[in-house]
Amino acid sequence: MSEFLPIAILMTSLGAAPIILMIPEHASRLRTTINLTAASAKVALVIWLTVVVVQGGAPDVRFTVAPGLDLHLKADALSVLFLALSAILWLITTIYAIGYLENGADRSRFFGFFSLCVASTVGIAMAGNLFTFLIFFELLTLATYPLVVHRGTAESHRAGKIYLAYTLGGGLALTLGTIWLYALAGDVTFIPRGMLGDLPQTDSFALIAIFILLIIGVGVKAALVPLHGWLPLSMVAPAPVSALLHAVAVVKAGAFGIMRIVYDIFGVDTVQALGLATPLVLLAAFTIVWGSICALKQDDLKKRLAYSTISQVSYITLGIALVSPLAAIGGLTHLIHQGIMKITLFLAAGNFAEAHGIKTVSGMNGMGRLMPVSMTAFTIGALGMIGIPPLAGFLSKWYLGAGGLEVGQPAVIALLAGSSLLNAAYFLPILYRAWFLDPPENTPVRRDLGWMLILPPALTAALVVAAGLFANAPFSPLGWTRFIVSLEYL
Amino acid sequence: MSDISLLILLPLLAAVCAAATPRAAGLWGLPASILTGVIALWLALDVLQNGAQEIAIGGWIAPLGIVFVADGLAALMLLMTSGVGIVVSIQATSWGVWPSSNVSEKAATMRAGFWPLWLATLGALNALFLSGDLFNIYVAFEILGLTAVGLTALSGTPSALRAAFDYLSAGLAGSLLLLLGVALAYSAVGRVDIEVVPLLADTTSGRIALALIVAGLAVKAALFPLHFWMPAAHSSATPVASALLSALVVKGALYVILRISMEGGVGMETLRLAIAVLGSGAMLWGAWGALQATRLKLLVAQSTVAQIGLIAMAIGLAGDNLQQNGLWQAAALLMLSHALAKAAMFIAVGRIAEELGHDRLSGLNRKELRPGAAEFAFAIASISLIGLPPTAGFIGKWILIDGLIARDAWIWVALILLGTALSAAYLSRVVSRCLRGGPHVSLDAHHPPWRTGDVAALGLATSALLLGLASAFPLSLLEIALK
Repeated sequence: MSEFLPIAILMTSLGAAPIILMIPEHASRLRTTINLTAASAKVALVIWLTVVVVQGGAPDVRFTVAPGLDLHLKADALSVLFLALSAILWLITTIYAIGYLENGADRSRFFGFFSLCVASTVGIAMAGNLFTFLIFFELLTLATYPLVVHRGTAESHRAGKIYLAYTLGGGLALTLGTIWLYALAGDVTFIPRGMLGDLPQTDSFALIAIFILLIIGVGVKAALVPLHGWLPLSMVAPAPVSALLHAVAVVKAGAFGIMRIVYDIFGVDTVQALGLATPLVLLAAFTIVWGSICALKQDDLKKRLAYSTISQVSYITLGIALVSPLAAIGGLTHLIHQGIMKITLFLAAGNFAEAHGIKTVSGMNGMGRLMPVSMTAFTIGALGMIGIPPLAGFLSKWYLGAGGLEVGQPAVIALLAGSSLLNAAYFLPILYRAWFLDPPENTPVRRDLGWMLILPPALTAALVVAAGLFANAPFSPLGWTRFIVSLEYL
Repeated sequence: MSDISLLILLPLLAAVCAAATPRAAGLWGLPASILTGVIALWLALDVLQNGAQEIAIGGWIAPLGIVFVADGLAALMLLMTSGVGIVVSIQATSWGVWPSSNVSEKAATMRAGFWPLWLATLGALNALFLSGDLFNIYVAFEILGLTAVGLTALSGTPSALRAAFDYLSAGLAGSLLLLLGVALAYSAVGRVDIEVVPLLADTTSGRIALALIVAGLAVKAALFPLHFWMPAAHSSATPVASALLSALVVKGALYVILRISMEGGVGMETLRLAIAVLGSGAMLWGAWGALQATRLKLLVAQSTVAQIGLIAMAIGLAGDNLQQNGLWQAAALLMLSHALAKAAMFIAVGRIAEELGHDRLSGLNRKELRPGAAEFAFAIASISLIGLPPTAGFIGKWILIDGLIARDAWIWVALILLGTALSAAYLSRVVSRCLRGGPHVSLDAHHPPWRTGDVAALGLATSALLLGLASAFPLSLLEIALK
C-alpha cells in the first residue's frame, strides 16, 4: 500500500524539474503554480510517510541496474528526519525564492535546478544502499552548480569552478571508496548498527582506507576543515540558494552521509574497533573552533554566516563520532535545529540586502528599527545558534555535553563552552548594532519587500522557538531522534 | 537464416539506390536505416532468447567459406550502430527528404552525398561486427575507410578536404598494415578465421602478424600515438558526419581489437599490456589537447582521443574471455555510452555553431538568444562522458574499477580516476561558459528556446544518461557468447 510513497516523494521534485526547465521565461504564474503544488504535495506525502513509519512500516523499493547493483529506495526513521527537514524548508524557501527573484532573469532554469537539487536531497535521504546514495550525492553536485553560478558574474564563475573542483574531487573519493567496499562486501545496504561488523576476517587496512575515502567524499559537502574551502566562496549565489545549500541540501547531505557511513555501514562498534572514532572527534572539534574563529573575522554578513555553518555542522559530526547515545541525540537533533536556525539567518540576511542593500556587519546599525520582523527572526536564529535556552540550539548543545560526560570526555564541555562564547562573540555585535544603535541617516530603500520575503523567515523563526519549547512532544525533532538513537544503540 | 546478411545487404543496396537518385536519396536512406535498426533489434532479442548464432554463407563453413557470427557482443554493437545511426539520420533530414522540397543548393549537395556514404558505412560496420574471419574484416575496413573519408570531405571546406586527405593516407597505411598482418597470418597457419588467433599467438611469425594487425587497427581506431589524423578530421567534418565518425566508425576498429584480444589466450599478454599502456597515454594526451583547445569541435574531437584511450585501456586490461572478470564488458559498455554521448555532443556542437555563427570557446557567452537546448544536451552528454552516475559511462567505469580492485591493480585505478578528473576539467570549460554572462533569455525574446533541430541531440544525450539505469539489458546481452 505504502510502497509507492518513496517514488512519489522523489517524483514530486524529480518530475517537476524538467517541466519547470521547459516553461517559457515569461510564464511566471504557471511556474509559480507548479513550484508550489509540487512543494506542498511533497510536504503532504512526507507527513503520510511519517505516519506509515511510526506505525512500523518501512516502504522499500528496489530496481536492478546491473548485476549486483540495485537502485534501492527505502524509508526508515533516519530518512524521515531528513525528509521532513527538506520538505518543509523546500516549501518555505520556494515561497521566498519566488518573491526574491521576481522579475529576475533565468527563472525557469533556476527553479528547474532548484527542484532537481531537492530531488537529490530526498534521494539521499531515502537511499537504501551506498550505490543509490552515491548516485543522488553526485546528482546534487551537478544540480547545485547552476544555482551557485546563477548570477553569471565573473566572481560567481570563479566560485562555481572551485565548488565543482571540490565536490567532484570529493565525488571521486566517494566513488572509489564505494566501489572498493562493494568489491569487498557486495551490496552495501544501510542497516542499523551496520553490516561490516558481521563480515568475517576482513582486512582492517582496507576498511580503514575505505572509511577515510568515504569520509573525504562526504566531508567535502559537510565542509569539514580542511575540505571547506568552497563554502564561503559560494556565498556569491542568490540568498535562497545560500539558504538551501546551508540548511537543507549540500552541507546537510554531507552530514547525513557521515551518519549513514558511521551508523548504517560500519556501525559504531566497528568504527571504534578500527580506531577511527577519535580522529573524527578531533577533526570535528577542530572544525568547530576553526569555523568560529574565521567567522569572527568576516565583515561580510553572508560570509560570517558561512563560517558559522562550517562550525555548526560539525556539531553533528561530533555527536556521531563521540559514540555515546546522548551525544548522538544531540548531533542528530542538530541536523534539524541547525537547519531551521541557519535558514532563518540566511533568509533574514537576504532581506537586509534586498531592502536596503546592507551586506556587511558594519552596516547593520539600526536594522531592528528599519526591518523589525526580519530582524526579530534573525535575532531568534542567532540566539538559538549561541545556545540560549529555551531555543532549539540549546537542546543540541545540552545533549552533546551530556554525551561527552557519558563517555568520560569532559573536554567536550569545554569545547562547547568555548564555541558558544565564540558564537556569542560573532553574533552579539550584530544584534547590538541592529537593536541599540541608530540607523545612519538616509538609509537607501532599494525595494519594498512583499509578504513572500517577510513571512518565510518569520515562519522558520517560529519553528526555532517551537522546537525548543515543545521538545518533549512526540513529533518534535528531539522526540524523533530519541527514537532513532534507541534503534542504533539498543 | 539469411536475415543476418540482410543487415549488410540492405544498407549497401540502399546506398546504391541513393547514389543513383541523388534528389531522392533521403527517401532511400531514412527507411533503410530504420529497417536495418529493426532487424538489428530483432536479432538482439533472438540472441538473447536463443543464444549466439553462427551462419555460414552458402553453406561453406570456415576455413573455406564466409562465416557470420552473431553473439551478444556483436548484437549489442549492431544495435548501437543502428540506434545512433537512426537518430543521426533524423538530424540529416534537415537537408530535406522529398525531391520536391525547396532546399538550398548546398543542402542538396550535402544530401546527395550524405545518404549513400552513410548507408555504405552502415553496411560496412555491420559486416565488420558480424565477420568471423580476418580477411572479411579487412574487406569491410576497405569500404569503411573510403566512406569515412567521403563523410569527412562532405562539407567541402578547404580544411575538411585537407583533413580528409590526411585521413585517407592514414587509412591506407592502416589498411596496408592490416593486410600485411592478415597475409602473414595466412602463411603462418593457413587460416584466417578469428579462432586462429590463439594459434598465432604461439609462434613468432604469428605474433608479428598479430602485432601488424593490431597496429593497423590502432591507426583506424585513432589510438594514441597513431591518432594524428583524427582531431582534424572529426572537427572539420559537418556535424552529422562527425557524429557518425566519432561515435561509430572508430568503434569498428576498437571492436575488432577487443575480439582479437579476447580470442588471443595467454600468448597475447604483452600485446594487451601495450594496448593498455597506449590507452592510458591516449587518455592523458587527449585530455591535454582538450584542455588546450580553443574551438568547441576540436575540444570534442580531442575528447574522443581520450575516450578511445579509456576504452583501449579496458580492452587491454580485460585479458582473454576465459578470465571471468567482466572487464571486457566494461569496455563494451563504455563503447556504447561513448557512441551515444559523443554523437549527441557533435550534433549539439553543430547546433550551437549554427546559432552563434562560430564555435570558438571564448565566444560562447553573452548573446541575446541562446541555443539553450543544444547546450543542455551538451551538458547531459558531458555527464555521461565524465562517467558520473547514473549514466552508462558510470556503470562502465564502475565495472572496470571493481575488476581492477579485485586484482589489486591500483596504478590503473589511479590512472582511470585521473582521466575522469581531467575529463571533468575540460568538459566543464564548455559547460561553465554556457552559464556565463547576464540574462541568457531576455524576457521579450519571442523565439522559442527549443527547436526541432535539438531533438536528436537531446534524445541521444538523454538515452546515454538513462542507459546507465538500464544497464542490465546490455550486460545480459553481453553474457551470451558463442560456445
